Amino acid sequence: MERIPILRMGDLLLVTIQVDMHDRLAMQLQDDLTARIVSDNAKGVLIDISALDLVDSFIGRMISNTAAMARVLDARTVVVGMQPAVAITLVELGLTLHGVKTALNVEKGMALLGKNFQ
Amino acid sequence: MTFDTRSNAVQFETPLLDYHLAWRTGRVTLPLRTDEDVVGLRKQVRERAVAIALSLVDQTKLVTAASELARNTIKYGGGGEVHLDGLDDSMRRGIGLLFVDAGQGIPDIDSALRDGFTTGGGLGLGFGGSKRLVDEFDVDSRPKEGTAVLIIKWKR
Repeated sequence: MERIPILRMGDLLLVTIQVDMHDRLAMQLQDDLTARIVSDNAKGVLIDISALDLVDSFIGRMISNTAAMARVLDARTVVVGMQPAVAITLVELGLTLHGVKTALNVEKGMALLGKNFQ
Repeated sequence: MTFDTRSNAVQFETPLLDYHLAWRTGRVTLPLRTDEDVVGLRKQVRERAVAIALSLVDQTKLVTAASELARNTIKYGGGGEVHLDGLDDSMRRGIGLLFVDAGQGIPDIDSALRDGFTTGGGLGLGFGGSKRLVDEFDVDSRPKEGTAVLIIKWKR
């Protein structure tokens, strides 16, 4: 079955979404991430969406839900790399990703999660 | 309304929103049944938008609106199809998308367009939100017969 890979780095989980996700794939990622937070005892989740040229309400909801679930499981989520056109569209659509921390790139996202790899 | 099983096409006794006939070039009709169909449509819309040189923001808005409405066609309309048209009214070029399903229809379109209104457990942003993302938006919904939604994005 098709899956988006989740990498572990210390107590962080890293995801780079590089495919145009259909809805089932988005739900699978949400389930996988939530399970991995528990099994890997992760404290942070970094989701890189710089390769995504579209975030619609379904993907947006998946991101919001994942962040909320992570929070309940004592992990923080940062979404990084959103393209400007995607940000404009998302807000006009009415989706503000409430409660989701964002950063411009992976490095800044890492810093937000309290990691400095320089 | 009849359902043509041979071509899987939804055919109505009177056409739903199928105007702009004279402006149309290169109609492509795609089925909307599965999650993968939505992804396929997004790709095709993106290609057409790039071909008429829509700005990146307008491309993204159109593809996002297409994604929302395609999902609605599948989730609420029980599947259907989408006609993807190039438009040229000699003043400007654009892209039109006509989503058609043979579902139960939308009982109250005004409510359905309101942000936060949902009957399907979603966010209730797809329908009203996609209206904000395009230049023209029209709905024809008939109880027990089906729903057609037309969107157009013009090149600025």
